[in-house]
Amino acid sequence: AYRTDEGQPWVLPVVKKVEQMIANDNSLNHEYLPILGLPEFRANASRIALGDDSPAIKEKRVGSVQCLGGTGALRIGADFLRRWYNGNNNTATPVYVSAPSWENHNSVFMDAGFKDIRTYHYWDAAKRGLDLQGLLNDMEQAPECSIFILHACAHNPTGTDPTPEQWKQIAAVMKRRSLFPFFDSAYQGFASGSLDKDAWAVRYFVSEGFELFCAQSFSKNFGLYNERVGNLTVVGKDADNVQRVLSQMEKIVRTTWSNPPSQGARIVATTLSSPQLFDEWKGNVKTMADRVLLMRSELRSRLEALGTPGTWNHITEQIGMFSFTGLNPKQVEYMVKEKHIYLMASGRINMCGLTTKNLDYVAKSIHEAVTKIQ
Amino acid sequence: SSWWSHVEMGPPDPILGVTEAYKRDTNSKKMNLGVGAYRDDNGKPYVLNCVRKAEAMIASKKMDKEYLPIGGLADFTRASAELALGENSEAFKSGRYVTVQGISGTGSLRIGANFLQRFFKSSRNVYLPKPSWGNHTPIFRDAGLQLQAYRYYDPKTCSLDFSGAMDDISKIPEKSIILLHACAHNPTGVDPRQEQWKELAAVVKKRNLLVYFDMAYQGFASGDINRDAWAVRYFIEQGINIVLSQSFAKNMGLYGERAGAFTVICSDADEAKRVESQLKILIRPMYSNPPVNGARIASMILNTPDLRKEWLTEVKGMADRIISMRTQLVSNLKKEGSSHNWQHITDQIGMFCFTGLKPEQVERLIKEFSVYMTKDGRISVAGVTSGNVGYLAHAIHQVTK
Repeated sequence: AYRTDEGQPWVLPVVKKVEQMIANDNSLNHEYLPILGLPEFRANASRIALGDDSPAIKEKRVGSVQCLGGTGALRIGADFLRRWYNGNNNTATPVYVSAPSWENHNSVFMDAGFKDIRTYHYWDAAKRGLDLQGLLNDMEQAPECSIFILHACAHNPTGTDPTPEQWKQIAAVMKRRSLFPFFDSAYQGFASGSLDKDAWAVRYFVSEGFELFCAQSFSKNFGLYNERVGNLTVVGKDADNVQRVLSQMEKIVRTTWSNPPSQGARIVATTLSSPQLFDEWKGNVKTMADRVLLMRSELRSRLEALGTPGTWNHITEQIGMFSFTGLNPKQVEYMVKEKHIYLMASGRINMCGLTTKNLDYVAKSIHEAVTKIQ
Repeated sequence: SSWWSHVEMGPPDPILGVTEAYKRDTNSKKMNLGVGAYRDDNGKPYVLNCVRKAEAMIASKKMDKEYLPIGGLADFTRASAELALGENSEAFKSGRYVTVQGISGTGSLRIGANFLQRFFKSSRNVYLPKPSWGNHTPIFRDAGLQLQAYRYYDPKTCSLDFSGAMDDISKIPEKSIILLHACAHNPTGVDPRQEQWKELAAVVKKRNLLVYFDMAYQGFASGDINRDAWAVRYFIEQGINIVLSQSFAKNMGLYGERAGAFTVICSDADEAKRVESQLKILIRPMYSNPPVNGARIASMILNTPDLRKEWLTEVKGMADRIISMRTQLVSNLKKEGSSHNWQHITDQIGMFCFTGLKPEQVERLIKEFSVYMTKDGRISVAGVTSGNVGYLAHAIHQVTK
């Protein structure tokens, strides 16, 4: 979760404002939302992902399902795919998850019933970057119709995203091999500070004519973690296909949670549908993204100034909340035990945990860990 | 070509279809009796005062929006358990239970169903009363279990087929799962009397069945939360370690906030901890952690003495209005000159009433009188008001005389 420079959680000012508006609106009640969710939320959420001028939206071949966070969107999508993709109830369709990935990806698809979950090459530890060739090879070798979970931006946990050129190569292989793109978009806006930039990959795939799913989370970019606000965007060949897909997703939702929670969706819908509030929100998002970017550049410059062995450009080249520092398990143990700095054994740090007050200490500690421990 | 060419159009939801048709109707006298949500005497949704107060208190605390634990808001789950089990419950006091927050009743039922599919190896069969809430069947089926039925409703008398139920239940294979509606049976409104519950508990114990209680109307049925939870508490006292799904949609009017809970009564606190760990493993790949808003409101109400008192009064108010509409409907039918026995309308309890009307009669009610209900003759008494009960009685009399 995001933290301020004081190390505190941050409720976005625009969220506070909108919550007050909702509280003051006596015409609102607590009635059930439709099964697929609040219509104004669904339409706006998909518009954010695909862009105002999205041809797919114009052609009415976009469907949306309000879900409980990004996880809920992934799960409804996974449940649907298991039932209806590549045949009926084909649990044997391979599902590819990046190595490494958010560990819950595996569980979501497994509990949805898929029997063959594999990894695709992603992180190159030696060069501390994307293993594009390995990734493309895996896609070439993957059975046709395999499902690939792609991180739309700010890859979790590595912070390493393909460049636009690399995305183009990925898309080309996926198209040729008839692979299904399932995007996980948990950080739109939060990664670069720009909604459009962070949605580039998803929009490119749409422009290339793919049918795809995109699981969107508004936990981070709206700071609405505990309200469970998510959206599953479905892009299909035409309106008729999308309509049938949504009717079946409705059946899946009905036996999972019946209908989604209203509070968070109301906040997002109200914000996105008002030009003024929308601008305010974009400003809040940029505030968060900029702080993270600042911490990255400050950490890197300190490590370079200290002369810490190794190269540290990956700290600023990586994007989003997380960074794969490259520290090995022993060095991580040193950080935790001796310096009381908590990070994952993988060397992943949450950049949000850095503040102007602790930057020096963290940089020095990394320096010590790298020089003392090999 | 599309990946989805072979995907069939899902069937329209039967209950939604009723509301859709109602909306299109231009008759000023129209009535929507399909709605599964409480309405006040003006036919409007009712936001409880205690809910408004709780919301104001919550807003003033200016809390952050950090993720809840996977199992939900602890103050909420503890209060939910205490509400269901009773503060003097040995099971509650000893801690030999686990309660996790669920997405209202449906989400709680589904967590339980998934849990049973994974850990209850003795049987794949869930026995539902005939009839049951329409969504029970697909929930258990999607969780990977199979559905069976036991006799419950007697259409001849519009009441409980107790001997049929006892007969069927006594023949259920040992260690199967049986689902019971704790109170205000949906859709019939027919509940067992306390003596009948005692006999049901005895036979269920004899057959060593896993009892799954669905309690969506505690407080809303009789107006008394303890009375409505009587069966749940009795079973536990008889040594039956039940599992339980609770909803706060109706009794707190928190429908769209999705406040619910799933409870497992265990042998001891240690077992409860182990069960809890497995429930979390099931929840995480579904939606990670639950939504805070409804749980916070419910928790504030249950844990703040003044609010709790106010809530008990308001929930009784809702239940009383429903009961009074039942009474008025019957007396109006008599006034219309109906010679039928409508006693079941006042004998039944909760939001719904199985009128006993046949599909042809229902169709006439819809077409000729713009009175909308589901084909099985079920009406939501919540949709009846003192302003339209006379019209409803008139319409029913016309199609049944």
